[in-house]
Amino acid sequence: MARLTLTINGEVRSAEVAPGAFLAEVLRETFGLTGTKIGCNEAECGICTVLVDGVPVNSCIYPALKANGAHVQTVEGLAQNGQLHPLQQAFIEHGAVQCGFCTPGLLMTAKALLDQNPNPSEDDIKHALKDTYCRCTGYVSVISAIRDAAARLRGEPPIPPALPHTREPLRFVGRPLPRPDAVAKVTGAAKYTDDYVFPNMLHGATLRAGIPHARIKRIDTSKAKALPGVVAVLTHEDVPGSKNHGLVYEDWPVLCYDKVRYVGDAVAIVAAETREIAEQAIKLIEVEYEPLPVVDDPVAALAPDAPKVHEQGNLLKHIHVEKGDIEQGFAEADVIVEGEYQTATTEHAFLEPECSIGRVTEDGRIEVYVGSQIPYADRRQVAKSLGVPEEQVRIVGTLIGGGFGGKEDIAGQIHAALLAKVTGRPVKMLYRRSESLIFHPKRHAVKFKVKVGAKRDGTLTAMRIELWGDTGAYASLGDKVMTRAATHASGPYEVPHVKIDCYAVYTNNVPAGAFRGFGVTQSAFAIESAIDELAHRLGISPIEIRRKNALRIGSVTNTGAVIRESVGLLECIERVEQALKAEGTPWVFRKPEQPNKVYAWGFAAAYKNTGLGGGAPDRSEVEVEAFEDGTAEVRTSAAEIGQGLVGVLASIAAEELGVPYENVRVLLSDTDRTPDGGPTTASRQTFVTGNAARLASVKLRERLAAVAAEMLDVPVEALRFEDGYVRYNGKAVRLAEVVRQAHAEGISTRLSHLYEAPKTQPLGTGGDMHFAFSYAAQAALVEVDLETGEVNCLKVISATDVGRAINPLALQGQIEGGIVMCLGNALTEEFIQEKGVPYTNRFARYKMPSIRHTPQITSFIVEDPTAEGPYGAKGVGEISSIPTTPAITNAIFAATGVRVRKLPVDQDALLRAMRVP
Amino acid sequence: MREAYLIPETLEEATALLARYQGRARVVGGGTDYFVDEAHNGAPVLIDVTRLRGLREIREEHGYVFIGCGVTHAQIAASALLQQSGTALVEACGQIGGPQVRNVATLAGNIAHALPAADGTLALLALGGEIQVAWHAEGELRAEWWPLARAFKGPGQSAVDSTRQIIAAMRFKPTGAGEASAFARVMRPQGVALPIMGVAARLKFDAEGRIEAAAIATGPAGPVPFRAVQTEAFLIGRMLDEATLDEAAQVLLGEVHVRTSPHRATAAYRRAVLPVLLRRALTQCATRAQRTLAIHER
Ligand SMILES: Cc1cc2nc3c(=O)[nH]c(=O)nc-3n(C[C@H](O)[C@H](O)[C@H](O)COP(=O)(O)OP(=O)(O)OC[C@H]3O[C@@H](n4cnc5c(N)ncnc54)[C@H](O)[C@@H]3O)c2cc1C
Ligand code: FES
Ligand code: FES
Repeated sequence: MARLTLTINGEVRSAEVAPGAFLAEVLRETFGLTGTKIGCNEAECGICTVLVDGVPVNSCIYPALKANGAHVQTVEGLAQNGQLHPLQQAFIEHGAVQCGFCTPGLLMTAKALLDQNPNPSEDDIKHALKDTYCRCTGYVSVISAIRDAAARLRGEPPIPPALPHTREPLRFVGRPLPRPDAVAKVTGAAKYTDDYVFPNMLHGATLRAGIPHARIKRIDTSKAKALPGVVAVLTHEDVPGSKNHGLVYEDWPVLCYDKVRYVGDAVAIVAAETREIAEQAIKLIEVEYEPLPVVDDPVAALAPDAPKVHEQGNLLKHIHVEKGDIEQGFAEADVIVEGEYQTATTEHAFLEPECSIGRVTEDGRIEVYVGSQIPYADRRQVAKSLGVPEEQVRIVGTLIGGGFGGKEDIAGQIHAALLAKVTGRPVKMLYRRSESLIFHPKRHAVKFKVKVGAKRDGTLTAMRIELWGDTGAYASLGDKVMTRAATHASGPYEVPHVKIDCYAVYTNNVPAGAFRGFGVTQSAFAIESAIDELAHRLGISPIEIRRKNALRIGSVTNTGAVIRESVGLLECIERVEQALKAEGTPWVFRKPEQPNKVYAWGFAAAYKNTGLGGGAPDRSEVEVEAFEDGTAEVRTSAAEIGQGLVGVLASIAAEELGVPYENVRVLLSDTDRTPDGGPTTASRQTFVTGNAARLASVKLRERLAAVAAEMLDVPVEALRFEDGYVRYNGKAVRLAEVVRQAHAEGISTRLSHLYEAPKTQPLGTGGDMHFAFSYAAQAALVEVDLETGEVNCLKVISATDVGRAINPLALQGQIEGGIVMCLGNALTEEFIQEKGVPYTNRFARYKMPSIRHTPQITSFIVEDPTAEGPYGAKGVGEISSIPTTPAITNAIFAATGVRVRKLPVDQDALLRAMRVP
Repeated sequence: MREAYLIPETLEEATALLARYQGRARVVGGGTDYFVDEAHNGAPVLIDVTRLRGLREIREEHGYVFIGCGVTHAQIAASALLQQSGTALVEACGQIGGPQVRNVATLAGNIAHALPAADGTLALLALGGEIQVAWHAEGELRAEWWPLARAFKGPGQSAVDSTRQIIAAMRFKPTGAGEASAFARVMRPQGVALPIMGVAARLKFDAEGRIEAAAIATGPAGPVPFRAVQTEAFLIGRMLDEATLDEAAQVLLGEVHVRTSPHRATAAYRRAVLPVLLRRALTQCATRAQRTLAIHER
């Protein structure tokens, strides 16, 4: 150990530290300053940035002892005397904070910039923040927040965020209210799972298979057990309950027993006094494997003699969609285009790696602290594998540093619980980035065969589409994702004759599951490329062909549902078209000062279901309580993964109860204290849980109204709930008093409502497979370097039909973040595996868009309400992240004549293709 | 387990420490290569050489531009002296990583890491750089200047033994009148954070605009950073016109051995962009040299 003395945020601190310690861990663990976050430990993500003597550095690789005698500034030191720094204030007001995990890094990097440069241009900001990543916001709000803060620091008037035009707001609904959790997130006070420390806590580690397919012959843990500091080493034999877990199919071993099916499979777990000892112990476990042949491609996996990943065969599910008569449809076509397309496996790259803490309470129950998208599913799976009743398990949801679908499956929840139960001590199971990458389910790589027929005027007559989705070693949500990919494969168009066959197939690759867009991101690339090709062949504009075939009232979808309302697609297309006209550039153009570059636009449209659909009951329960101090609390187990659900629920309760927004607290994801809100997936929470919150609030208001009516001696019907008062003409009583009176009368001011979304029909039975769809159209402007094949996306014009904008600020953040994520899907992202072995085992090998990729985004909101949605709202979480990829690849076609058939766009292949005459 | 992280204040102290630990200690700069390589970062003792007296700055000395081993990419990118006398280095180091990396990473570390396409290394190679290698022997500090090329044994293999020797400094002759340098590279947005191809050049023109001296470095084009001597020879005595640019590209393609590296680039792509990068670097040199001429004439 060595002595370290430094000044942190103006205060001299001193401690004995290990010579190998880095500044980030010392700040977090030794000094308890957990505002500084760790996303990668490899100098890639920048979210660990702190200032050492005013200079921004990645604290994860900055030797702690190098900071001896230095002045270190962390996010905790930004606010002075309880006054937020202008950067913090601006980040909140511009919606530059979503999940908040990157926020400390962005703030500190921006602080260093503004200290140097009081009036930075957009380019200066992009230069300074180039390697400080954010996966949620798409950076647009980050840039505008920094410019705003700079203006404030210069003593100039603030520059408010530019928000899209939306409908006239109600009292709270429809207003750009800041997130309730934003202050905690900009000050570093916000706690994510790894920020929790319990007395006497152990640290866990997991032995991963390391090979893609093998039979386990022998596991010997004796050497690991003998290592001093090791408290427990567990294998499958120590799993008391169900040996497998799974969200839909229980096919995923808690700890492998007969075989390992992918490199990231868990074989043994360790709990030890320190993380280093636990990791050392893992290396001492001996496992003897008999390697088995590996299958790494979904088409090859369907061959009769392919190696079997699971005993029952490699086909997880065959999904069939049929409408009309495909033969007739192609016979009626004047032109037919055919093509094959392929999308890549991609990684969520949420900035917070998975972490779970297991703990046994005094009364012998098991608690798991975790940032999970589906707390009740965690509870079920933990209880089942521990062999205890569900009531014996409590899932305590912490803040979540991004999810995007990647935190729906079990990660370390069961392992942490099991180790805690065996050792009787709290156990923290934190994954390193390298482990997170090789372990958790990804976005499906999908192969497509597409055949589309149309009349000379562009009217679609037939589509035949085949899809093969690589679901990897375990089902996860594979069949659901591929079902969505299949049912959306014909795009947001009315097509009289459709036949789609889709295969979700097991391989020895990393499992694939939910990822924002849920299969539709993939099929949109294929179908929107094909439609573009069709338009080109027919000499029709890409906008016209879409307008001609767009779903509208009365259209029948490929699953046989009749669209009866809330279909804003035509309006989306028109908005983008108008904006394109206003741009005034031709579809393809050159710039004299850039002779080696060509510029072009591309267009795409999309739709995406809201809610689970397909006949699955879609429920959410919300509890609302009013207190004697005039505040209210909304409780449900639904995940805040950055999307802004807390704000949505708070504004709905505030709206219905007539209390100030600040007086509503939202408690999420504690299975002891919050009812089940269902999974945070399928863009469903605003609709389903939003409705539950609205109806629970209405019920509570009615109950309170009865009390207030008596207090004021007026008729119930005429009462108004506003500003924390209940009013009637000139009379008023404070809501707090009404609550007190209710309690005095023995009336509870806490009630819950279980909302059930409209029934849907399973695929193949006709009728409504989904209760609502969101729509979008986007145009993208790209720049292609004809000499190097390099592609940049410069602008995106987007229009999104969301039914109703409940919070325009949060909505804007979802749209910008979705667009940039989908841009990454087109241009930068690929999780590479070679024969089942991930090449992408570090962040340095996975590039998500940085601030330098952020295009200029113009976003229009279309509000075509859905009658059943809360205030007309439908899902917004995914729709924006669907059309950007094909808009970009269609633009590349316009620019170069090269049709991109495989994602991500490869400048190498593009350049070589351009050179082929 | 790390036993010590030492931050000596003089070169003498640093080399003495290395000698004392007899191979158990290793030199470290910003650690941006060293710490992120989980498989090879286990030296029991680290000797941080970023705070050595006299070796934290860029200065002119005995007709050379001198860069100490503690100098970071951020310092290089912001140096007015280098902007004028070694522009290629400013361009190359200014593109490495992001600000947080550049604030700690050093040019010495870039060289010692010995990758065939390291940006700073290519730029220094074209500038005709040298490194000063220092060590401790028989109780005293020894140091000698090596031509930069001598530092490389193979991909990731340095001839400088970082457990016994320190790259104490780098130096090169500043570009003068009618002379300039430039750097150009292509990255790939996916996969590895390594350049696909980089070209650095230093050209000197005579009064008529003919090329009087040329140095060109490129990579990855072989196991070590590549000096394109045939292309250099071809350029001497020529005007930098379209024909020369086209022919130089052919000469360059003839002398390099580029390979396909999985997940980074195909050989065909590399061959397609090499002429582009060469053209960009050479024309930049010409434009800049014009400007230096103007400055020097005034
Ligand atoms: C996010 C990121 C992006 C990057 N981008 C680029 C890029 O675009 N281009 C590029 O070329 N590189 C890039 N790098 C690699 C790296 O930053 C550079 O190579 C850097 O210059 C290394 O310097 P350092 O001081 O950090 O070296 P260190 O990591 O400290 O050392 C590297 C090696 O050199 C040895 N060493 C260091 N200093 C000396 C010395 N003075 N004498 C003897 N041996 C020494 C060490 O023992 C070690 O083996 C990137 C790295 C990261 C993390
Ligand atoms: S850069 Fe330090 S945690 Fe990612
Ligand atoms: S808010 Fe930036 S990563 Fe979530």
